[in-house]
Amino acid sequence: MLSNREELIELRSAYSEALKLQTRKILVCAGTGCVAGGSLNIHDELVRLIEEKGINCTVELEKDPHNESIGIKKSGCHGFCEMGPLVRIEPEGILYTKVKLEDCEEIVNETIVKGNVVDRLVYKIEGKPYIRQEDIPFYAKQQRVVLEHCGHIDATSILEYIGIGGYEALEKALFEMEPVEIVDEIESSALRGRGGGGFPTGRKWRQVLNQKEPVHYVVCNGDEGDPGAFMDRSIMEGDPHRMLEGMMIAGIATGSHEGYIYVRAEYPMAVSRLENAISQARKLGLVGKNILGSGFDFEFHINKGAGAFVCGEGSALTASIEGKRGMPRVKPPRTVEKGLFEKPTVLNNVETYANVPKIILKGADWYRSIGPENSPGTKAFALTGNIQNTGLIEVPMGTTLREIIFDIGGGMKGGKAFKAVQIGGPSGGCLITPNLDLPLDFDSLKKVGAMIGSGGLVVMDENTCMVEVARFFMNFTQNESCGKCVPCREGTKRMLEILERIVAGNGQKGDVELLLDLADTISSTALCGLGKTAAMPVVSTIKNFRDEYDAHIIDKKCPAGQCKKLVTYYIDPELCKGCSKCARNCPVEAISGEIKSPFKIDTSKCIKCGACVENCNFGAVKEV
Amino acid sequence: MDKEFDYSVVDKVLNDHECKQSSVIAILQDVQEHYHYLPREVFAYIAKKLDTSVANIYSVATFYENFSLEPKGKYVIKVCDGTACHVRKSVPVLERLRAELCLKDGKVTTDDLMFTVETVSCLGACGLAPAMTVNDKVMPAMTPDKASALIREIKEAERDAE
Repeated sequence: MLSNREELIELRSAYSEALKLQTRKILVCAGTGCVAGGSLNIHDELVRLIEEKGINCTVELEKDPHNESIGIKKSGCHGFCEMGPLVRIEPEGILYTKVKLEDCEEIVNETIVKGNVVDRLVYKIEGKPYIRQEDIPFYAKQQRVVLEHCGHIDATSILEYIGIGGYEALEKALFEMEPVEIVDEIESSALRGRGGGGFPTGRKWRQVLNQKEPVHYVVCNGDEGDPGAFMDRSIMEGDPHRMLEGMMIAGIATGSHEGYIYVRAEYPMAVSRLENAISQARKLGLVGKNILGSGFDFEFHINKGAGAFVCGEGSALTASIEGKRGMPRVKPPRTVEKGLFEKPTVLNNVETYANVPKIILKGADWYRSIGPENSPGTKAFALTGNIQNTGLIEVPMGTTLREIIFDIGGGMKGGKAFKAVQIGGPSGGCLITPNLDLPLDFDSLKKVGAMIGSGGLVVMDENTCMVEVARFFMNFTQNESCGKCVPCREGTKRMLEILERIVAGNGQKGDVELLLDLADTISSTALCGLGKTAAMPVVSTIKNFRDEYDAHIIDKKCPAGQCKKLVTYYIDPELCKGCSKCARNCPVEAISGEIKSPFKIDTSKCIKCGACVENCNFGAVKEV
Repeated sequence: MDKEFDYSVVDKVLNDHECKQSSVIAILQDVQEHYHYLPREVFAYIAKKLDTSVANIYSVATFYENFSLEPKGKYVIKVCDGTACHVRKSVPVLERLRAELCLKDGKVTTDDLMFTVETVSCLGACGLAPAMTVNDKVMPAMTPDKASALIREIKEAERDAE
């Protein structure tokens, strides 16, 4: 238990020394992605093999180690999920990709004992090896601020976090700054909310600080519901203390003594890492009563979501913490005036809080030196879809899509052509080739009918049907509509019906105009952000891919060949060997013919199930 | 109150949460963790203990996707149909699972209460798309054939255990 600032400083220097004695570190990625690939077993196997060799290794950081040792750690997400499970070896900075349990012995024998590189585990592009992680193009263009510790320290150890300077910002906020000075610093850093809206964080904090009501709350929105986004999950899993520190600083700045963290139920590992982090901090006296003898109290609560996307909306989220149905309410009063339990509330998302400690330590000027003037700092993105390198990235605001998709993301998977990138999830829009050189920031995207959202980037190739993508998002929003207001509840249902009939080949002339009309009504009359932006994916796909809609409606064709009901199957007589396998597998007996001569499909009977395509050994069944 | 029903589990959960009304979601989550669904018998009981209406408890239980009022299978398979998984072909995986287990939209649990197959909007494991979970364990880069193999494995393991 640390009772004052000096004790924390002493502890920090002791563990910083202890870390220095770890002349070699093995960092096994323990993010959700790599764990699914078996990384925890790889960690245990490496420990076992190294101990077996009698080499001194430490799994848990000790206070006064006397000898040099190898530190083996479960780190946060390295980001390069496509190539996982990942193992990083320091000091060389070697990154081993797609590591299997069987590879551990070779890693220990070659790299740990002899200092050689295991060539076959090194990342390669067209045969060119990239031994050091920092040289891999995926990493070379990134700038990691929020994610700086992810993949570099043990995600489950408060001592490592403290050893590399953790909770120093908390110290500074507690002992050297007045609440209003903290708010000034954040405001002048121009940090904007990373959850999607981009509202200036400092202004929000000041509004809460200025409320007369004595009880204030700090709430963290970890309900990262956008499909295709996992930045916040990675921070909560990989560097939980950083976020807790940010929340406590918000508490000091706004006179709040309780912090609520709302995490989606789909993130069980994030919940357990946070629980672990909070209990570690409590044991050290960094959470609880009279923190470091400063007189400041702060306590955390974790609320697990129960599967409602709308709870990412501020007033729905606070309602859910209160144990109610997560339904948004009419604003004003805004959350800063009447939020959780009707008290003034600071509500920010995970990434926003994770930015705070660094800004307090390095100052607003440093922060503003990164990225464009109006949207400074970095932004984490989840890069997914039909792209070569999926994963978690962080770049300065203002980076162009081209740099993200082609330089960091390595371009399209399987050499296909780029078609569009969906940004901002179900509330966002899609961007196309002419937008590739647009610098990404909060303001630039609004101009082209998209939004940065929380940071999910789903890249789509030429084989993606944009009408189907619009239907997919509308289906999502329709499912997640809370049902409180009519425009969203009924309007999304009607839009979904229209989109469903278009992809089924029953689209009617005027459907597109009807969609646009509905979109306009819903976005101007719905109660909350979910409803207001529900039509964005439809509007933006119509704007950019009107010809695809027309092809579905007028020609009854799906140009990408994805809409099953619009596909017609035929058998290429040149390729058909007349084996009858397709006919035997057809559930509706639509295929007929004689053995050893080409078979035929009766299109009036065909239900387009695709069984013939799957069963043909000669590739003779074709689609048009 | 149902006399047949054993309320000891619910009592323990209520005590863990100090019978606070604001903890109703956490209480329902813990009850569901024990029974794998929310038995109808618990609503009136919880409502009385929390000093609120049954309608209130019921409204919360039916609002959130994760609560189930129907019993679920021993193996709950959640196929991710988030954007990233969707564009990397998660639907064929779902279709194969349903075909293997004779399930469809609206019928998500097998009659022997062995499997439940449902979709989830995003697991946040987009780097591994298409992904699914079996009792919360993430399975990366799924294909229809891998899904079939997995069902076979589970069924065999169950048979061996008998």
